[in-house]
Amino acid sequence: MSRLGLIINPVAGLGGAMGRKGSDETDIAQRATAEGRVSQAPHRAARALAAFRAQSDAPVLAGPVLPDGDAAQAFGPGALTQTAKDTLATVQAMQGQVDLILFAGGDGTARDICAANETGIPILGIPSGVKMQSGVFARSPERAGRLSAAFLADPRRRTEMVEILDLDEAARRDGRLSAQLYTVARTALDRQGARQNPKAGSTDPVGDLDAALAAYVAEMEPDTLYILGPGTTMKALKDRLGGGSLLGVDLAEGGRLTGIDLDDTALLARVRGRRVRVVLTVVGGQGFLLGRGNQQISSQVLRAAGLPPIDVICGAEKLAGLTPQELTIDTGDPTLDGTLAGYWPVITGAGRKQVVRVVA
Amino acid sequence: MTAPIKDFAKRSNGYRAAKWSEPVVMQMTGTGRRGVVFEDAPAPALPGKSARKAAPALPEVTEHDALRHYLHLSQMTLGMMGISLFGTCTMKYNPRIGERASLDHLRGLHPLQEAETLQGVLEMYDNFSDFLCEVSGMDQFVFQAGGGADAAYTHACVTRAYHASRGELQQRDQIITTIQTHPCSPATANTAGFEVITLSLEENGYPSIEQLKSVVGPRTAALMVNNPDDMGIYNPDIKEWVRIVHEAGGLCFYDHANFNGVMTRLRARELGFDACMYMLHKTFGAPKGGGGPAVGAYGCAEHLVPFLPGPVVVKDGGSYRLDADRPQSIGRVREFWGNAPQVLKAYAWARAMGAEGLREAADISVLSNNYMDWRLAQVRGVSRSNPGIDAPRMEMTRHSVEQVTEETGCSIFDISMRMTDFGIDALWLSHEPFLVPEPFTPEAGELWSKEDIDYWIDVLEHVIGEAYADPEIVKTAPHNAAIHQLTSALDEPDVWATTWRAYERKHRKQMAAE
Ligand SMILES: Cc1ncc(COP(=O)(O)O)c(C=O)c1O
Repeated sequence: MSRLGLIINPVAGLGGAMGRKGSDETDIAQRATAEGRVSQAPHRAARALAAFRAQSDAPVLAGPVLPDGDAAQAFGPGALTQTAKDTLATVQAMQGQVDLILFAGGDGTARDICAANETGIPILGIPSGVKMQSGVFARSPERAGRLSAAFLADPRRRTEMVEILDLDEAARRDGRLSAQLYTVARTALDRQGARQNPKAGSTDPVGDLDAALAAYVAEMEPDTLYILGPGTTMKALKDRLGGGSLLGVDLAEGGRLTGIDLDDTALLARVRGRRVRVVLTVVGGQGFLLGRGNQQISSQVLRAAGLPPIDVICGAEKLAGLTPQELTIDTGDPTLDGTLAGYWPVITGAGRKQVVRVVA
Repeated sequence: MTAPIKDFAKRSNGYRAAKWSEPVVMQMTGTGRRGVVFEDAPAPALPGKSARKAAPALPEVTEHDALRHYLHLSQMTLGMMGISLFGTCTMKYNPRIGERASLDHLRGLHPLQEAETLQGVLEMYDNFSDFLCEVSGMDQFVFQAGGGADAAYTHACVTRAYHASRGELQQRDQIITTIQTHPCSPATANTAGFEVITLSLEENGYPSIEQLKSVVGPRTAALMVNNPDDMGIYNPDIKEWVRIVHEAGGLCFYDHANFNGVMTRLRARELGFDACMYMLHKTFGAPKGGGGPAVGAYGCAEHLVPFLPGPVVVKDGGSYRLDADRPQSIGRVREFWGNAPQVLKAYAWARAMGAEGLREAADISVLSNNYMDWRLAQVRGVSRSNPGIDAPRMEMTRHSVEQVTEETGCSIFDISMRMTDFGIDALWLSHEPFLVPEPFTPEAGELWSKEDIDYWIDVLEHVIGEAYADPEIVKTAPHNAAIHQLTSALDEPDVWATTWRAYERKHRKQMAAE
């Protein structure tokens, strides 16, 4: 019998209303209570659950707090600490007990869940946080509920890997909004309509991207130094070159990796005097190309490399999900961002590029 | 004419498909029954290994067993005569007289006969080419391609041959298209060896000229687009697009599968296009037949004629011949002359319509769409794509039930399936990717009467009403069809078999248990 785990972060979203850039501070719950604020997370979870219930009667185990209504069983630690520990403990208790973890929260919650999710249960976000840069969030609570039901009903339990980003606290202290790539997670593959619309089953995003990567590697120039960004798509490219990092920026030349997980100082030293190309993918769910999760490829690095050509590899499905239909760069150097803005051809498959507007 | 939906409950017990427990015909074996028995049928004398060792596994049924079997199966379908406002390329009724005409006139012919004995059918090909040249402004049409996608492929091959003849094929390796062009353009461009550059939509509902300019250059081999696009939006800058691509040395191909709204009012050549394609099996009244025999009529301007697939029908004085001596031709894209019976049916339709008829049909299809739009605008939760723009839409456009889905949880798939309970065929939604959520794209063309359109929209309205009142009815639909919801996706190879042999292989255990 399939079971759904439901995590509700009781402080999710509170920081936003309180004028903060997130709800990660440990005393946020007390301060919110003092200000008389309540989180929308239980309510949004209830909306998702109603959509889920319309299509599935699988048991739902919920914690650390319960959604509004009575459609779920309480699960996890009884006594709450009112901190992230509650989420961690509930996720740990869910290992081996549920087939999908649906959670109401933001990027911070996603990170906490990934930290405790030792067996890699697929996760899916109900958008309820202040920061939602990660790729795990459905577009609405109802969609999250429907997708969960479809996932549990799908005998093949199809998943995809997405990046988990969160605000870069160090950059934030410098007054700059920037996000770091923390990890990747498995999420339910959204195959809207695949069941009842036979034509929708015809595309194969994974196969398309795989073919694109193979073609890319085959055409890499021997004398060029390639800066390879982070993310799951880039990891698949790096694997074709013998390995490399998932979350870091690597270098490749002559068909193999020659630098792994480098910071911007190391990159600066390596790019000077070289013919350089940068390869990126769209990281997370917000359509960012530069400046979120890949700050190592800084404006200084790009300038030192003589503003090299940048190749972007990203599945067409992901591009189609962008609203508005554009990608964003934010290197922290407005002049450079202005120079880079324009129409970029994004590699979406073997022999396929889609032109997307890139804005600063 | 369809009775209005308000009479539906009063006068009928609704649509109910028969649900026979019908075996697969291959299971009707071992009975020793026969249809017709030929007492003295000669055994063919086959050389050694060509003769099969075991008798073929064939069903054993009488003639009336067979007829009853197929009658039952047909009763379990919607019958293909329901109201189907099926957009992005007009679907219309196929006059039965066309079937008769193609039987009467083509049954006795073979394409390998001497041309002197084929003058009638060659004349028809030549006349039809002239007719479509008049309609499109092109200089020659060929009818070999077995469908719209095949005509797009023809163009990709012509593009290759054209640039090769000028020594520029190495350099020109990219074909430009748009995200709302039918997927057959990028697919066939890839197949022919080109890299595909797809332009994205912008605020106006189509890609900007700047976006096009950002990719046009010395590598550009061709532009392949449909106009209107898949959402029904006409690109007002299309002449400028063609000029820009020509200036860079590329060819321009107009996928004119969506011709219905502008028949006799817009010529692809006058917009500057070098080539275009019409769907005889849609716009020109010949049957489409589930990907079966179809014809993509491909036409081009003089400078591309040498590259056309052959043989081409040529008029010499008072007679016609087949010209196969064409050194620059891309060769064949289909055996013989393509699907000749379809060409004849479309020709009969076109001649019966004439120029006046085509124009009237185009106008009616725009009128019908405007009426449909006006009514759909009043249906709860239905919205039109790109509501903020005023780009012209003529014979169809994309709509969405996103609001209904958000408010009731019933998706467009659920709604479409519930509509089959009222005898309505599954809606046409959208090609992929779905840029408009919960999409559907109805098109009335000139065929459907006002009562038909009203009935279709009444059913939609009724079903959306149900979604708000009792979403379960909609989500568990269809209730009155022979087959209810699928229990697994159709692309699960272990589950689904499309031939009896595959079924036997995949489900051996289950069959043994039965
Ligand atoms: C605009 C357009 N072009 C091409 C095609 C492909 O035609 P066919 O199905 O005959 O290959 C279609 C059919 O859906 C279409 O709508």
